Amino acid sequence: MSATGERTAEERTPDEGAVKTADERLLQTSPLRKLLSRPELGSVVGALAVFAVFAFAADGFLHTASLSTVLYASSTIGIMAVPVALLMIGGEFDLSAGVLVTSSALVSSMFSYQMTANTWVGVGVSLLVTLAIGAFNGFMLTRTKLPSFIITLGTFLMLTGMNLGFTKLIDGTVSTKTIADMEGFPSARAVFASTLTVGGVDFKVTILWWLGLVALASWILLRTRAGNWIFAVGGNQDAARAVGVPVAKTKIGLYMGVAFGAWISGQHLLFSFDAVQSGEGVGNELIYIIAAVIGGCLITGGYGSAVGSAVGALLFGLTSKGIVFAEWNPDWFKFFLGAMLLLATLLNHWVRKRAEATK
Amino acid sequence: MARFRTWVGIAVAGALSVTLAGCSSTGGKRAEDARKAAAAQGRAAVNTPRWTFAMITHSGDGDTFWDIVQSGAKQAAVKDNINFLYSHDDEAQQQAQLVDAAVDKKVDGIIVTLAKPDALKAAVARAEKAGIPVITVNSGSEQSKAFGALTHIGQDETIAGEAVGDELNKRGKKKALCVLHEQGNVGHEQRCDGVTKTFHGTVQKLYVNGTNMPDVQSAIEAKLQADKSVDAVVTLGAPYADTAVKAKSDAGSKAEVDTFDLNAKVAAELKDGTLGFAVDQQPYLQGYEAVDLLWAYKYNGDVLGGGQPVLTGPQIITKDQAAALAEYTERGTR
Repeated sequence: MSATGERTAEERTPDEGAVKTADERLLQTSPLRKLLSRPELGSVVGALAVFAVFAFAADGFLHTASLSTVLYASSTIGIMAVPVALLMIGGEFDLSAGVLVTSSALVSSMFSYQMTANTWVGVGVSLLVTLAIGAFNGFMLTRTKLPSFIITLGTFLMLTGMNLGFTKLIDGTVSTKTIADMEGFPSARAVFASTLTVGGVDFKVTILWWLGLVALASWILLRTRAGNWIFAVGGNQDAARAVGVPVAKTKIGLYMGVAFGAWISGQHLLFSFDAVQSGEGVGNELIYIIAAVIGGCLITGGYGSAVGSAVGALLFGLTSKGIVFAEWNPDWFKFFLGAMLLLATLLNHWVRKRAEATK
Repeated sequence: MARFRTWVGIAVAGALSVTLAGCSSTGGKRAEDARKAAAAQGRAAVNTPRWTFAMITHSGDGDTFWDIVQSGAKQAAVKDNINFLYSHDDEAQQQAQLVDAAVDKKVDGIIVTLAKPDALKAAVARAEKAGIPVITVNSGSEQSKAFGALTHIGQDETIAGEAVGDELNKRGKKKALCVLHEQGNVGHEQRCDGVTKTFHGTVQKLYVNGTNMPDVQSAIEAKLQADKSVDAVVTLGAPYADTAVKAKSDAGSKAEVDTFDLNAKVAAELKDGTLGFAVDQQPYLQGYEAVDLLWAYKYNGDVLGGGQPVLTGPQIITKDQAAALAEYTERGTR
């Protein structure tokens, strides 16, 4: 990550009209200032603090097996938090992301089962269907000009109904039938849900998917033209359109990115459990958004990072599993989560203010 | 500002004096504390080492039923000198991760619900590989043995549904409405299917959103208004029985409301005849027995049930038994 925070489309405060001596783009900034202007700084500090708390409070928390469980929990959130963070940098929401994961798993499982096809066929069909739903979200948004909150709320409700309706219609029950005895299942499980043993500790393959996605998203954001477009449409849509950024294409692409993440998560669900509950996934979309926001994404768009979303997801995993390891009362988990969200966001806000004031 | 302070002072003084003057000599916190003091003086009854047992359920946040299961488990834990840990999540994947976390902690025994058996298969296998005994409770009687658990403690949902069907026949009902408050719960489907199996009349399923009570009430109300021939409403959870009663009176229907599971409100309404009957699966026993049987296994290698599930229900409760139960539901053990 050798990125400069300068490439983000920052908002200029009007009282900043001091006399500029030289072109500000050529100014040398100190390394510390560079660090302070990173969007994920607040969440990194938060994650270290939470980690320290549980390292002291929970015996057995520092065992490699426990840390592997925490990483796995984080990765299941993180895989979705990455594309959701990109979407939020692009200035939009996706409330259908949680149930889309379940839809993706259901399509894959039921297609393979009903067609008696190799499970990889189901996986492929599921990718197409999921991407189509993502494209639908983006297309509706750019066509109707309605806020994404409304569009994806509609999709969310429709998908929730379709998940249950189709599953009951096709399978006659509320969960899919097992596909563990079908051809292609072992290889698909190896790809989406295997466990790798490194030095005697079991790590889930989702952790690799997660890190891969973070790297890919960071590269897109910071090293490609598409990344500039994402920052531009999130920062100021009309200005971006005026300078020739393909706004509609960028937004549809971002929604398809979320769909791609949902497809990976969905296949992981399916191949680790080999049957899928149709009613699940509701509410997770908010968790992905929380992870992205804790990681420094602005709700208003134009600012954030993929690494930040990963740290946000890690914070979530640390808290949810740390409370168990520390033997605290789980009734308070949501309270801690809310407090953490507020603290991380305040910290981000404060750091950004400082970074901008001292430029 | 000064005036504001004066008003606040008056309000606080007023509130205090009303509280002091208006003491209730019945019920309330004081009565509860007296009951608690009279209840078990928590002390271990055994001298085995302090083992740690973890219970992981598929319950959502703040669920009456699971509170009762917990109170049974906690009382058994006090008696057996057990450090008892409870965690829950209604998402299958999260629940599996919680089981993983318990295995990482190297607990001495695990109690788990298999509402979504496929999702928990790997986690339970991992526990057994680590040499941790597992007992399943409440749901998953078909999978429990295959997963290698010692025993399953719970109610067979189909049998419970059949018991309800029989009772409805006894009461001469013709058309029943089965209200499912959790879409996607296999156990709930089995209950309604059980009712359908033994009931001579017709059964209709009604799906409602259990996390939203007003929504539940209006859905039942609409159904009862639309179909006047419904003469029995069966809810699948105690909190929904009272809602169904409200919906019934608003819709001006003559249907009898019956329910699965108990709580204080249901016991009171059984007593005064507002409800027809309840079918109880004795959640207290599910928690209590799970901890106790794990203890017996650790201490003495004992396993109960002979490879068959140990059933804690169904027990049909009508007006006659309700009076005796009121006291137990009050203290949160029935």
